[in-house]
Amino acid sequence: MSLAKRIIPCLDVDQGRVVKGVRFVDIRDAGDPVEVARRYNEQGADEITFLDITASHEERDTTYRTVERMAEQVFIPLTVGGGVRTLDDIRRLLNAGADKVSINTTAIHNPQFVREASERFGSQCTVVAIDAKSVATEDGSDRWEIFTHGGRRPTGIDAVEWAVRMADYGAGELLLTSMDRDGTKDGFNIPLTRAVSDAVSVPVIASGGVGELQHLADGILEGHADAVLAASIFHFGEYTVQQAKQHLASCGITVRL
Amino acid sequence: MADIAVMDYGMGNLRSVANAVRKVAPHAEVVISQNAEEILRAERVIFPGVGAIRDCMAEIRAAGFDKVIAEIHNAKPLLAICVGMQALMSYSEENNGVECLNLFAGEVKRFPGGRAADGSQLKVPLMGWNSVRQSRPHPLWQGIADDARFYFVHSYYVQAEDEGLVAGISDYGLSFPAALASGKTFATQFHPEKSHTNGLKLLHNFVNWSGEC
Repeated sequence: MSLAKRIIPCLDVDQGRVVKGVRFVDIRDAGDPVEVARRYNEQGADEITFLDITASHEERDTTYRTVERMAEQVFIPLTVGGGVRTLDDIRRLLNAGADKVSINTTAIHNPQFVREASERFGSQCTVVAIDAKSVATEDGSDRWEIFTHGGRRPTGIDAVEWAVRMADYGAGELLLTSMDRDGTKDGFNIPLTRAVSDAVSVPVIASGGVGELQHLADGILEGHADAVLAASIFHFGEYTVQQAKQHLASCGITVRL
Repeated sequence: MADIAVMDYGMGNLRSVANAVRKVAPHAEVVISQNAEEILRAERVIFPGVGAIRDCMAEIRAAGFDKVIAEIHNAKPLLAICVGMQALMSYSEENNGVECLNLFAGEVKRFPGGRAADGSQLKVPLMGWNSVRQSRPHPLWQGIADDARFYFVHSYYVQAEDEGLVAGISDYGLSFPAALASGKTFATQFHPEKSHTNGLKLLHNFVNWSGEC
């Protein structure tokens, strides 16, 4: 029996509440993060990802408290991201009960931070989040670039090259979000997912765009993702995690049922 | 006297381990301890570990926990988790080679990666839910189905010289020990505290285990 592909519900948390918007507008409240995480834990989620989308300095204590409460009730791995800037931020999140910490903007400003984090805390808890967007090329070939600030600010960094570099620096996992697809329900950006997943030897989580269960299967079978992340299809009761797993199993994908 | 001591040497997700133990043993006194005396007095001990082995071994020795673990081994129920299990071996090739506690003869080696039989890439670290074949009966497997899945996250695996130590086997391009058992010591490569129902059941079995097989 082989390693199971993972389904990871994602909680975008703003000031202590789960929210979900389409391209960061039209934000809907989806509940108390601890309650939502418990529900997914019971439905058989393989992990939970918690992204602190305010991450303003004043709100950090709310985040630590929420992570602590969640870790008391959820006995599956918990990844926390958003606003991670220092090694001390990582230590505090791990001490609060996070198993992995996701680093995004800080990695772009200071790539050595990823090396320092993985040397100090281990690759197993160092996740690098990559927000990528399609960019036009002269010959019409696929190219993706890293964007910051919710997809508004280009960096000029090629997404596939960046993924390889982050894995070299000790990232144990990559959380790859297609900014073009995020919140659209049109499915993952499959060429991007596949290009990154095939280029690195560490696991890749596909994110951005899931609107139906087949999208999850496509991310694994065609995108070669090791795990698939989704938010709104689970938050608003369209599907349970268990239904998603049964669909993957019906496509011949190994899952933990 | 604490019922259960979780060894704290500055490494590891101690809070997760303690949370899970408190969940399955709500009436037990669970301490996260840096104190050798307190750990030696506890009824049973958990030896967790995450991160790189060189730092782990350095912290273990600095805290004097190498001697504590040697004293506890086979004297009272001991559960070693992940890098805690790897630390029980003689030697690890991680970080250009690190001498370990040598309670079990054998080495810790890096996964070769490569491709699975179906052509898919074997990513390293192994991260996720893998099935565990119970290669021999043990009180800690009680009530857990054979081939049940547990959560693993590791780049290195154990090779025990004495195959009789192996209590559970997983596969990732090659077969490797998912659990070792000897006397009152049980060690898991996976994280029971993060393995949902199966993991909590194993911890429940541990906190109720007399240490007899």
